Amino acid sequence: MATTVKNRPDAVPRPAAGARRGRRPKGDAQSSRRLAAVLLSPTLLVLALVVGYPVIAGFRESLYSRGQQLDADGFVVEGERFVGLDNYTAVFSGDRGDAFWNAFYNTTFFTVTTVALETVIGVVMALIMHQAFRGRAFVRASILVPWAIPTAISGLLWRWIFQHDGVANAVLRQQVLWTADGLESKIAVIIAEVWKTSPFIGLLVLAGLQMIPREVYEAARVDGAGPLQRFWRITLPLVKPTLLVAVLFRMLDALRMFDLPAVLIGVNKDSVETLTMLSWFEANNVRYGSAAAYATILFVYIAVIAYLFVRLLGADIIGQAKQTGKQRQTRKKAKA
Amino acid sequence: MTAVRAPRAAARPAKPWPARLRGALPYAGIALVALYCLAPFYWMVISAFRRPQDQFDNTPVPVRWSVENFTAVFGGNNDFGRALLNSLIVAGTTTVLTLVIGVFTAYALARLNFPFKNAVLGIIIATTMFPGISQLIPLLKLFTDIGWINTYQAMILPSLGFALPLTVWMLTTFFRQLPFELEQAAMVDGCTRGQAFRKIIVPLAAPGVFTTAIITFIAAWNEFVIALSVVNEQQMQTATVAISKFTGISGHDQPFGTQMAAGVIVTVPLVIVVLIFQRRIVAGLAAGGVK
Repeated sequence: MATTVKNRPDAVPRPAAGARRGRRPKGDAQSSRRLAAVLLSPTLLVLALVVGYPVIAGFRESLYSRGQQLDADGFVVEGERFVGLDNYTAVFSGDRGDAFWNAFYNTTFFTVTTVALETVIGVVMALIMHQAFRGRAFVRASILVPWAIPTAISGLLWRWIFQHDGVANAVLRQQVLWTADGLESKIAVIIAEVWKTSPFIGLLVLAGLQMIPREVYEAARVDGAGPLQRFWRITLPLVKPTLLVAVLFRMLDALRMFDLPAVLIGVNKDSVETLTMLSWFEANNVRYGSAAAYATILFVYIAVIAYLFVRLLGADIIGQAKQTGKQRQTRKKAKA
Repeated sequence: MTAVRAPRAAARPAKPWPARLRGALPYAGIALVALYCLAPFYWMVISAFRRPQDQFDNTPVPVRWSVENFTAVFGGNNDFGRALLNSLIVAGTTTVLTLVIGVFTAYALARLNFPFKNAVLGIIIATTMFPGISQLIPLLKLFTDIGWINTYQAMILPSLGFALPLTVWMLTTFFRQLPFELEQAAMVDGCTRGQAFRKIIVPLAAPGVFTTAIITFIAAWNEFVIALSVVNEQQMQTATVAISKFTGISGHDQPFGTQMAAGVIVTVPLVIVVLIFQRRIVAGLAAGGVK
């Protein structure tokens, strides 16, 4: 083989067969760069087509107005018309401004409350499942049930539970109007959302927990660490990368909440109106321009939150990748 | 795993009372978790089996069991069997495609060094945060132009948009936690990078890959807004869309009984999928060298 000839005498001795890659760092870096390009391109291509293009097209849409309108002289104008930032200024002014800030508040409120509750409940669930030996299969199957139910169906289910003469009121012996427009409906949405999605976090954290070597716990126990200490000093740090990804995805998902409040309470209800619902309502009324404007504002809001999250908490997600890379390089140099 | 556990269990009887309590605690925990997860689901099942005229009873078990709600699901002009098949095709294809594409990308992100790696990571995570609503309208327009309305690809392609980044991120996290030394050792022993990937990384990563498969499949199966928008023929509707369009036979304001029955039917394939993959996960963990 050609590469065998290229081997320098000081290289680590190894069988010649299959040794296609040069030991020299430069050649390796080049080939891994080419390999990376090949491996990444399908993903990037698909994402550019199904996510990149629509968002750009949507932004363009937000600068246009369509449908029948009266122009300055009172004539009816049909079709698309460039309106610049009019769609955006309209969002923030008057009645629609109130509706926007209400939806903005609801979106933020739902995200903060549901994700906080989900994280705590999810981690507890994962710890319980990890502790349990008999019955783990059963509990894992049951934990997957709420999450396996499609959001639209779970919305219907909770609407059924929260009926005025439904089972929730029967259990509480109260007459709460859950699905009316008020604070109760906010609570109903939070309960339904947390029920449905905390298993998602539980499942991911469990997968992370199972990656932790048992010996680490043994060693800690020998060194006299109590259960709480083991949780804070071992479990949490080691599970953190998995947990951070789970929480980040939940946050991004909660920020664009739509199906659940729409099915459970209804569209156009002040108490549960989210930004996506507002945008959907506009699109449903064929006001694509302002729908796209709402969507773009939501997009920017989500981008800011995600950026802050990665910057403040997830910094070591990417830092980990760098560290692994550095270790590799030093190891390679040591071998060369 | 039980073999590893055994010595510790044998050591316990030394402290009888707290040990027994500690032994019972996990079961209490399990019971609590199962109750939390299953109680609403139980209510869905029970409501599905009530007779339509008893629908508003709040007894924990139906006074009179009935499958009337289930026959209503498949009866009339609902064509729910076809809807289930559509869901299976769309969700299955999405899962296979994202896994095939995602495994390679995640491997590159977790293992290889290349310029703009952080930029690529950034792009992939950025795509997850794009609100679906802003993706929908332009794609709908595109699909109308190229005649893709009422096709499977019109549902599958947009689903890749939310499934792929999720898959890549989860796989990357899993791959990073794998012992890279083993791969390096295999390469020192004469494996090519491809061989090292196939023979060392893939078996070790299997639990993570299967967890990812479950998550992707369920996310695709539960997809609602895209399928609702790019399809207007009943023949091509997925199950979730079909249920949302149920109209009550009895003419009540909302056909809760029929919808609960349909919900039960929709979750059964998922429970089967979960059970199949779950065994693989447990086997993979028991045999895996990740410990």
